[in-house]
Amino acid sequence: MKVFLKELFFELRKNRGSMIGVVIIILSVIVAVLAPLLAPHDPTHIYTDSLNLPPSFVAGGSSRFFFGTDDLGRDLLSRLIYGSQVSLSVGFAVVVLSLVIGTFLGVIAGFYGGLIDKTIMRITDLIMSLPSILFAIVIVAVLGPGISNAIVAVSIVAIPNFVRIIRAQVMVEKSRQYVAAAKLFGAGNFRLMFIEILPNCMAPLIVQATLGFSDGILNCAALGFLGLGAQAPMSEWGTMLSDARSYIESSPWMVTLPGLCILIVVLSFNLLGDGLRDALDPRLKKQS
Amino acid sequence: MLLSVKNLNIHFKSDRSPSPIHAVRDLSFSLKQGEMLGIVGESGSGKSITNMALLGLLPDSAIVKAQSATFNQHDLLNLKEKEWQKIRGREVSMIFQDPMTALNPFLSVQYQLVETIQTHLKLSKKDSIDKAIELLSLVGIPSPKDRLKAYPFELSGGMAQRVMIAMAISTNPKLLIADEPTTALDVTIQKQILNLIKMLQEKNNMSVILITHDLGVVSEYSERLQVMYAGEIVETGETKELIKHPHHPYTHALLASRPGALVDNQKRIPKTALPSISGIVPAFNQRPIGCQFNPRCEFMTHECQQGHIGLTTEGPKLREYRCIHPLMGSK
Repeated sequence: MKVFLKELFFELRKNRGSMIGVVIIILSVIVAVLAPLLAPHDPTHIYTDSLNLPPSFVAGGSSRFFFGTDDLGRDLLSRLIYGSQVSLSVGFAVVVLSLVIGTFLGVIAGFYGGLIDKTIMRITDLIMSLPSILFAIVIVAVLGPGISNAIVAVSIVAIPNFVRIIRAQVMVEKSRQYVAAAKLFGAGNFRLMFIEILPNCMAPLIVQATLGFSDGILNCAALGFLGLGAQAPMSEWGTMLSDARSYIESSPWMVTLPGLCILIVVLSFNLLGDGLRDALDPRLKKQS
Repeated sequence: MLLSVKNLNIHFKSDRSPSPIHAVRDLSFSLKQGEMLGIVGESGSGKSITNMALLGLLPDSAIVKAQSATFNQHDLLNLKEKEWQKIRGREVSMIFQDPMTALNPFLSVQYQLVETIQTHLKLSKKDSIDKAIELLSLVGIPSPKDRLKAYPFELSGGMAQRVMIAMAISTNPKLLIADEPTTALDVTIQKQILNLIKMLQEKNNMSVILITHDLGVVSEYSERLQVMYAGEIVETGETKELIKHPHHPYTHALLASRPGALVDNQKRIPKTALPSISGIVPAFNQRPIGCQFNPRCEFMTHECQQGHIGLTTEGPKLREYRCIHPLMGSK
């Protein structure tokens, strides 16, 4: 495992795009963790004397509020900084949830085959046949709006990707000789599935997890934008976008800034994911 | 008798053929404690399938039937998966053809070897590690302590096969099945590995089934030899006898097509092309009627195509052959 990670990092360093992604991700994690120290103001405090202030570097802006304030007089910069906390933890929660459930189902489907496989795969097909955001909306509508329900919804939508990838990989690995050898030396099914086979399916899983991170953030922001995700006064980028929608002409920075934040974080995760895919795929490795 | 199999038949269910494929037919053999049995045959002759059946490792599509199959007082025909798990790896073990794929590439030698010892011998972790080091030095791995930390890809093929052997013998099995243990290794290592297996066999009074398609390998190491063709035994006997006087045309042809076959007689490299057996092993759905070898046999007569040929037993040393025109003279 250690060797594997070392080699992975070595391959990854050759890819400039994914290194940029890594740097941005690390920076945003630092920002999220140190939010209380970095944020100049309380993100929920309403400064009634300064509504709709433009950023400080634009005419009419105040040096007190670097990125200006929103329609209720809350500091945008602080809200964006605290928003990174929400977005990153949402992304993380979605990946963990869908990864664990998806991997479990995928391994079982691939390993046992037959009726178990068919049942699991038809259900995932069912989920995949619906547009993911629509399906998420349906789930949130049933569970009720809120950030935790949004996480659940987005995770459910993300599970099929993991199931499919893992199942395909397990079916390949299952027929390898080391599995027969492990079986010979007395390994039970559980051990075969999760200790022998699963680590060998790691490569595509890591890539999918990275891409799932950005999908999770994006989908949760979308739910927030539709008013089904994070609820006021929580500062979440998607919700901020939706709140600022009516001021798009009078104060465009209110829409632009959270949008940019989402774009940058999602993009950097995608860059990292692509880099990981290149680093882990032996076929691509040989070509270069 | 440690292992005794009577009339083993293995069929495979297949989507492509309406009736199940008959992969192994009427196979009977037995093995004494401490004996080494060589099984020789071309690819597809049923050697590996037979041994997978002995380990209960065949896929669900296989139908295994036999008159009887006993190993060390276990009735192999009526074992549940839980009981198989107790026998597999503990009383009967196996070495695989390609050690590089038989070890899990993601787990260290220590993890794979020590876990095996821990589960089977019920030792503490520390004792298991000691035992693992002891085993690794027994199979001739230098600085075994450092090698424990290694991953399979850091080992050479010969090293990995030694680790595999260490794993296989860690539980002192009564029977070791070596399925072409040296095919993936180069010739110098081949000899070392076979000597190691032989040494361990004698040390632990273990029985060994050595599967190979290299007659040179078995002739030196095994006491008894069993030649298989198209899912049947065509000839068995004591290795030396069998190689000196093959009765079945197939065994004869197989021996004649060894690179060294002519060199021995004439003490020089032959100028003629290496003899070969024309044709290929018939596919499962194109098995001939009568003697399985008849399409490729130079002695084939009308009777050879007339229905199943039984085994003829001869002499006190249990020499058996499946042929109606056996080659009886000296070669």
